[in-house]
Amino acid sequence: MTMQPTDLATYNFAYLDEQTKRMIRRAILKAIAIPGYQVPFASREMPMPYGWGTGGVQVTASIIGPDDTLKVIDQGADDTTNAVSIRAFFAKVAEVSTTTSTADATIIQTRHRIPEEKLGEGQILVYQVPIPEPLRFLEPRETETRKMHALEDYGLMHVKLYEDIARNGHIATTYAYPVKIEGRYVMDPSPTPKFDNPKMDQSEALQLFGAGREKRIYAVPPYTSVVSLDFEDYPFEVNRFDQPCALCGAEGVYLDEVVLDDRGGRMFVCSDTDHCEKRRAAGHKGTMAGGEIGQ
Amino acid sequence: MYVAVKGGEKAIRNAHRLLADRRRGDRSVPALTLAQIAGQLALAVDRVMSEGALYDRDLAALAIKQARGDMIEAIFLVRAYRTTLPRFGYSEPVDTGAMHIERRISATYKDLPGGQMLGPTFDYTHRLLDPELAGDAEVPGAGRGEGEPARAMRVSDILAEDGMIEGDGDAATETPGDITREPMEFPMERDTRLQSLSRGDEGFLLALAYSTQRGYARSHPFAGEIRIGEVEVAVDMPELGFAVTVGRVQLTECQMINQFKGSSKAPPQFTRGYGLVFGQSERKAMAMALCDRAMRARELGEDIVAPAQDEEFVVSHCDNVQASGFVEHLKLPHYVDFQAELELVRTTRAEHESRRDPGPAVAEAAE
Repeated sequence: MTMQPTDLATYNFAYLDEQTKRMIRRAILKAIAIPGYQVPFASREMPMPYGWGTGGVQVTASIIGPDDTLKVIDQGADDTTNAVSIRAFFAKVAEVSTTTSTADATIIQTRHRIPEEKLGEGQILVYQVPIPEPLRFLEPRETETRKMHALEDYGLMHVKLYEDIARNGHIATTYAYPVKIEGRYVMDPSPTPKFDNPKMDQSEALQLFGAGREKRIYAVPPYTSVVSLDFEDYPFEVNRFDQPCALCGAEGVYLDEVVLDDRGGRMFVCSDTDHCEKRRAAGHKGTMAGGEIGQ
Repeated sequence: MYVAVKGGEKAIRNAHRLLADRRRGDRSVPALTLAQIAGQLALAVDRVMSEGALYDRDLAALAIKQARGDMIEAIFLVRAYRTTLPRFGYSEPVDTGAMHIERRISATYKDLPGGQMLGPTFDYTHRLLDPELAGDAEVPGAGRGEGEPARAMRVSDILAEDGMIEGDGDAATETPGDITREPMEFPMERDTRLQSLSRGDEGFLLALAYSTQRGYARSHPFAGEIRIGEVEVAVDMPELGFAVTVGRVQLTECQMINQFKGSSKAPPQFTRGYGLVFGQSERKAMAMALCDRAMRARELGEDIVAPAQDEEFVVSHCDNVQASGFVEHLKLPHYVDFQAELELVRTTRAEHESRRDPGPAVAEAAE
């Protein structure tokens, strides 16, 4: 094992000690065996704050090996500060190669997005999860929600979605939109926009979810059914954008709204920076390519 | 090896350099030494040790210095280091009855074997700012008073002799739970609950303890005993067949005595609330004892009517490292979620407008 000498102590490869990694890997295996079920695990304090990706970091630290190539995104972007910080952490404590290219990564740790590029077999997507319990905002007690999952009692969730429709005419959940895994567990996809939900279904990649503060790990194995909850007469719909990406012209991707000035000027650009860059490199151009925020 | 580098990396580096600069402050003023912090800000060090759950004065002092005096940040630093340490085993239960006492008071007896011993307390100081402390005035030394015993029986043992107070109780399982190695489960046993409280946030527990005194789950408490001092920590050595003392730690222990009317199973007798923390942390130990007693409501068949009695509420929210992390994560970008919400609000606003101001065609159709 590679040891990192510091003044006070030595840290193991990928920071966590091997016993802790084994404990986490056991939880991951259990999670894979029961798709969508939240496995409690003895989450550790990490050198970054709870709520800043400690669950994802612990999962990544437990599965990463020296031959892996890691990509870290936050809000779809590789260059957001927390993504930079987590990537730098693993480059330091695990000495692994890092990349911004979705296709080149063996492990992708993400917060709030699923890459636009389709993931393939052998890739692992690690989600950072703040509140793993999809029923938490309907029932704050863990003792109750665990019972509801055990009894497959998801009536409360359906009532919530129904009330949304009664009140607003449509389901008013735009992110962390609940999904059902293999017809059994209702699961929180983490606060990704519901736009990304369809990408989870039958994905070729393994999807792992780590919630450090709440001490839960769950998983969606490859080729697993992931169905967004809906009603026959109010089917699940993803949000669509009226215009393509202003930089690369991509349609059917998730866009960030960028405020350009104080006179209401706006532009919409790909939230997935890698996807956008690759498209531009391939010669695709949007209406504002080379403009205000071009690099 | 290819490493992705982007703008954020430089910004982070610069921010950390600025932090280091501000931490050092005016270069013409000598830097704080860890010995100064450990020796002169000892109660801050004690709090970091107890809530950081690591008994090491030097590391706690270092953490306070590194955190620029931000206590929760210092506690976090200690926790993040502690979690990487290997677990050799568990000590024998410490015997607080054999504590080498520096302070020991009881509010329930005027005098008792071992006597009352005020020790180094703020109690009965008048809170007048002392200008002399601004300088480096000579401070006369102080030792232990003449004839004061270093050891004294616990007040709860006096009450236990005639069955006036419930027993200490046995642990639920042979090996105590370990909240740092097992995920929490509710309902909790008292051992893991006490562990959580012992490293819980002093301010949070203080407020909850206060709420019980103001009528939210009143438990008629008396400070049976508060004692501060050093105890020996012994570890069982399987090779030797007996326990060996490996060191001493300073602890603050609080035994609250509470009224209990009795139930179908138990006769009327006093019940206990228990507080135990590293170092000299009296306020924390007392708050912990009040919260512990309040959360025994389920066990004692009392109605659960107030926040302090709600184990899941208290234990899930008392850890300040978790709490500050999650509250402060709101600083991280959320623009993907926010975009989704923006679209939703725009849609619903458009719908609202069209309902409020129906076009003529719709108005005719309605007539």
